[in-house]
Amino acid sequence: MQQSNTYIIVFSAVLTIILGGLLSLANQGLKPMQDKSVELDTKKKILSAVTDLKGKKGNEILDLYGETIESIVVDIHGDVVTSDKKGIAVVAENIDIAKNYKSAPEERMYPVFKYHKAGDKDAIEAYIFPIYGKGLWGPIWGFIALETDLNTIKGASFDHKTETPGLGARITTNEISNRYVGKKVFDSNGSLASIKMLKGENHPESALDEHHIDGLSGATLTGKGVNEMLESYFQHYQEYINKAKNNATQKVALLN
Amino acid sequence: MSTQTIEKAVEKKPAETVFSKRRKKFVIDPLSDDNPITVQVLGICSALAVTTQMKPTLTMAISVTLVIVFSNLLISMMRSLIPGRVRIIVQLALVATLVTLVSEVLKAYQYDMYKELSVFVGLIITNCIVMGRLEAFAMANKPWDSVLDGLGNGLGYSWILMAVAFFREILGSGKLFGWPLFEAMGIEHFPTNGLMVTPVGAFFILGLIIWVQRTKTGYVEH
Repeated sequence: MQQSNTYIIVFSAVLTIILGGLLSLANQGLKPMQDKSVELDTKKKILSAVTDLKGKKGNEILDLYGETIESIVVDIHGDVVTSDKKGIAVVAENIDIAKNYKSAPEERMYPVFKYHKAGDKDAIEAYIFPIYGKGLWGPIWGFIALETDLNTIKGASFDHKTETPGLGARITTNEISNRYVGKKVFDSNGSLASIKMLKGENHPESALDEHHIDGLSGATLTGKGVNEMLESYFQHYQEYINKAKNNATQKVALLN
Repeated sequence: MSTQTIEKAVEKKPAETVFSKRRKKFVIDPLSDDNPITVQVLGICSALAVTTQMKPTLTMAISVTLVIVFSNLLISMMRSLIPGRVRIIVQLALVATLVTLVSEVLKAYQYDMYKELSVFVGLIITNCIVMGRLEAFAMANKPWDSVLDGLGNGLGYSWILMAVAFFREILGSGKLFGWPLFEAMGIEHFPTNGLMVTPVGAFFILGLIIWVQRTKTGYVEH
């Protein structure tokens, strides 16, 4: 059956309107749920850098987050930022690290998540910093948590987009992130030493020190990416870390 | 695309039961004798990509089945209205809409799965099984028959995917649905096979399944 051109055009137009309407309806209707899912996912990742979330579900995690995390945003100089260039208030959780990564380090905004005892904002237990970088095949990112001395690693969680399964993709496992726990960011003189993954795996304990951890066999380049990511972000956060350290010592001095 | 026969429109018979013998064939045939993956060799891309673990595979299988069933139903209902010259575009638009809906729902209620399957949910649009069934069946058959045909093909796709994922997850990660099987059996360090985690592993498993199936059914490609 051969239809007229008018019929085809009208049919296509009507179909497009119906399908388009359906899609925008679904998009609007599901938006609140989607936003909540994204929020939960971000908060889950932040918390998992400092605590074990096994067995905790949706709202429990959100509650825990509300009770234990205070977030601020700082710039490269370590000063707190409350609004962006257009004057809109910034929320640390909503900052898109991937987007931020594209701008120059001086212009980026750096969220800091302070993990404190439930309900007591001053009893800080850890500082959590989001990090972002390049792996072998694509972006890698994660969160790194420092103890209150702002030197010792309390925990880490990494994620990636396209690293090789079984090789580079292992950075997401606890086996790898646990290797960072207890390592030091700064050396005894207080200058940045960062933490580096060695090339190859199963190094003897003696080959590792507080700035080096065992590497990933078969994923040296992913490991290199992680090293660079950590070092560059420790640099970006260094000013803030120094300021926070000074604050902490002042507080102690006042108490004495 | 592989060889595809276009099913002839079936003559209308009065008072046919909802699950007559003829209709049961629509569901049962694609499970083995006319399986979209192992016999028609369609939809291989996702069969290789998402089958490293069973959980995402199950989500993918359900999504694809839903898309096939509903696109078959809707296209079959509109089949006399669709202008022949733009039918492929009409089918594509409908499939794309359904897939986007599935993707939006996953994003809202199963965010972890949404992230894990990432681009492969969107790629259901290009799954040859969906378009294949629309062209070969739904354009020429009544809605209920088309629903059954879609269901049969969806299930045929699903069980093969689940079978591949079963072997890949057990041999590649030593787990089932994320549950550590070998640890539970008391084997602490099960030597997992890294090959199974990569798409190459899926090729092997799929090849073996096709081999076993064709030995049993005696199917030969002409």
